[in-house]
Amino acid sequence: MNRRVVVTGIGVMAPGGSGVEEFWDLISSGRTATRPITAFDATGYRSRIAAECDFDPLAHGLTPREVRRMDRAAQLATAATREALRNSGIAEAGIAPHRIGVSLGSAVGCSVSLEEEYAVVSDSGRKWLVDHAYTSPHLFNYFVPGSLAAEVAWAGGAEGPAAVISDGCTSGLDALGHAADLIREGTVDVVLAGGTDAPISPITVACFDAIKATTPRNDDPEHASRPFDRTRNGFVLAEGAAVLVLEEYEHARRRGARILAEFAGFGTRSNAYHMTGLRTDGREMAEAIRIALEQGRVAPESIGYVNAHGSGTKQNDIHETSAVKRSLGEHARQTPMSSIKSMVGHSLGAIGAIEVAACVLAMQHDLLPPTANLHEPDPACDLDYIPNTAREKRVDAVLSIGSGFGGFQSAVVLTRPERTAA
Amino acid sequence: MTGKAVVTGLGVIAPNGVGTKEYWTALLRGHSGIRPIERFDPSGYPTRLAGEVPEDAFSAADHVPRRLLPQTDRVTRMALAATDWAFADAAVDPADLPDFEMGVATANSAGGYEFGQRELQNLWGSGPEYVSAYQSFAWFYAVNTGQISIRNGLRGPSAALVTEQAGGLDALGHSRRSIRKGTALMVSGAMDSSLCPWGWIAHQSTGLLSTRPDPEQAYLPFSELACGHLPGEGGAILVLEEAGRVRDRIARGATTQVYGEIAGYAATFDPPPDSDRPDTLRRAAELALADAGAEPGEVDVVFADAAGNPAADEAEARALRELFGERGVPVAAPKALTGRLGSGGAALDVATALLSLRDQVIPPAGPVTAAADRHGIDLVVGAPRSARLRTALVLARGHGGFNSALVLRTPA
Repeated sequence: MNRRVVVTGIGVMAPGGSGVEEFWDLISSGRTATRPITAFDATGYRSRIAAECDFDPLAHGLTPREVRRMDRAAQLATAATREALRNSGIAEAGIAPHRIGVSLGSAVGCSVSLEEEYAVVSDSGRKWLVDHAYTSPHLFNYFVPGSLAAEVAWAGGAEGPAAVISDGCTSGLDALGHAADLIREGTVDVVLAGGTDAPISPITVACFDAIKATTPRNDDPEHASRPFDRTRNGFVLAEGAAVLVLEEYEHARRRGARILAEFAGFGTRSNAYHMTGLRTDGREMAEAIRIALEQGRVAPESIGYVNAHGSGTKQNDIHETSAVKRSLGEHARQTPMSSIKSMVGHSLGAIGAIEVAACVLAMQHDLLPPTANLHEPDPACDLDYIPNTAREKRVDAVLSIGSGFGGFQSAVVLTRPERTAA
Repeated sequence: MTGKAVVTGLGVIAPNGVGTKEYWTALLRGHSGIRPIERFDPSGYPTRLAGEVPEDAFSAADHVPRRLLPQTDRVTRMALAATDWAFADAAVDPADLPDFEMGVATANSAGGYEFGQRELQNLWGSGPEYVSAYQSFAWFYAVNTGQISIRNGLRGPSAALVTEQAGGLDALGHSRRSIRKGTALMVSGAMDSSLCPWGWIAHQSTGLLSTRPDPEQAYLPFSELACGHLPGEGGAILVLEEAGRVRDRIARGATTQVYGEIAGYAATFDPPPDSDRPDTLRRAAELALADAGAEPGEVDVVFADAAGNPAADEAEARALRELFGERGVPVAAPKALTGRLGSGGAALDVATALLSLRDQVIPPAGPVTAAADRHGIDLVVGAPRSARLRTALVLARGHGGFNSALVLRTPA
């Protein structure tokens, strides 16, 4: 039996708006959600820009008790889960809890709450022997962020396998890949899968400052994230979450679910090169793409759109351009490719799932989101990056790629639902 | 190709023994690794005992290249050393295999936590410009997977899983799946270490730690005297290979052993704490057995999660009674000699179970003299118990509701 995996629901909490509709409005318009950091006073930091969510947990139905218990990453994931459940209709489908799994990506877990707690118990960094008398009862849930998957499981009534996949900045893609495996092998029929990260806190901003990975373009925050542009100088840190309902195709068809796309293929490889650095040749990412295409039985020539990692660091955009040329061959030059990180920034372990959500929406709307802030093309990045304005195009298959600290390189292939039914 | 995953190499770091042989000898002799914390001054905290790996037993500089020391936490140094030992044990040189056919999937609970505390102190105490350039990757959860991949040139599918204690089994389940899909070799297992003050108060915040001062009396899983657990550091890294490949390797003269096959695996998640639905540990065990094509009657030994607090011990004992009957299967709880090592603990239990299968002997539950009668389990206590062992079941529970079960079989 050949079990296929389809997307039957999406929930997105991204900078610039809450929910799938506002997310799509933003990224299809080419507007950006990058701005000066408001989450804390960033005076004295090298990069003081972020893409933040104007997120009110109470407005999304979280109770005050839940808000107290949950780190911001858990709150965003829970809100995204609830939206995905609503638009998939699975809550009403009477699915046995043990046939529902959870696979959630997160790179830095509950880092905001951890740092807040640290500041309290250490008397703002004065004590090595931190004071346990001031410890939050929820500290262990922040310490081991498996708690993020727990919150999603509770929100969705899932009692199948649950896990946080923490593969740095490919966490979101890898969590979806893991979810698809669970469905294909028959372990479950439905997985709440995606990613969440809320990393806009002093320690995370400082650690990217220290390696100059984030942009210092503090005088022009709206135009700070410039993937593939000659003047790019680092990524913009962001927060967000996306949760997709992945479901076995026949299961979805039997219950009359609306099928949004097929999750056709996934591949991942590691570069075994450097924890943060990339070689220019893109060999490992190209191999991940090849595997994803092969699994999805999609020819490179069928790919109509590439959602790029496009973080806007000097080396990433060159690495990735090489990988796409290496894997798609001559077809790469005819394939539109864009980075929505130009608009919503880089939310680490969440962004992979947010970008897959963007791919599903692009196929639904026959509209490809642009790369904002691309005015001076880098001669070393010589593909079609859809500068500044969304492009109308019907596509049958799309590729979403990511690259992460630790050397992770991952790729997802999605196809139109009509192809699954045919 | 069979698609079966077998374990050919072990690398162990435990509070009571660094190295597989040292650890196994300590277990069988009942030597405990529970001792007063030396890494920091614990006198101001209610719990002062832990399963700490002594500095003189594991000196990172002896095992890890000097240039890696400034960029790694203790947990990663342990993971790198244990990986070297596991490769040596398996008689595999990763340079001899195509790079895309070898991957890494490890579990982790809290990342490089002591490193993280130091950098938080630098930031909050001194300012952002004092934060290390290595913080961006020395602390996060993928650190062990990434560093193992880089150091050994492993470019196949890789991942890091976070499900607290259950992660040690989940990483192995994940790796087994990668082998089934065509990867020749996976480095798997887990290492955890968070014995710094900032990690310590996180452990204490659960309210589940023992506060007894006597190392012999503090962590007594399934005992009438059970009063909580003690955290520890360490774990195990395992080399998994596709069974057919190992057979060919041995036919060509490789001097390796096959410890056993990962024959079954399953994971479940419990309903919310306020739910009246039952917990799901038993279901995880049943699904893992079904995955292995084994009946409960075929299981020769169970390595228990052994939480060490009365309610959680009873929940596990109930699952065992329901599956195997009253005192229906020997139960091992070697954790009583190491403490609970986070995700490293479950990986270490798998290594221990494989050694039990190899030597046909079950290690005792350290200082526990008897299981409480009400649990109705046949806990192995006192001395090692010799038995005919072909199939072992390993259970693990992660804080928050994670349950995982793994079935090991001796090589056919």
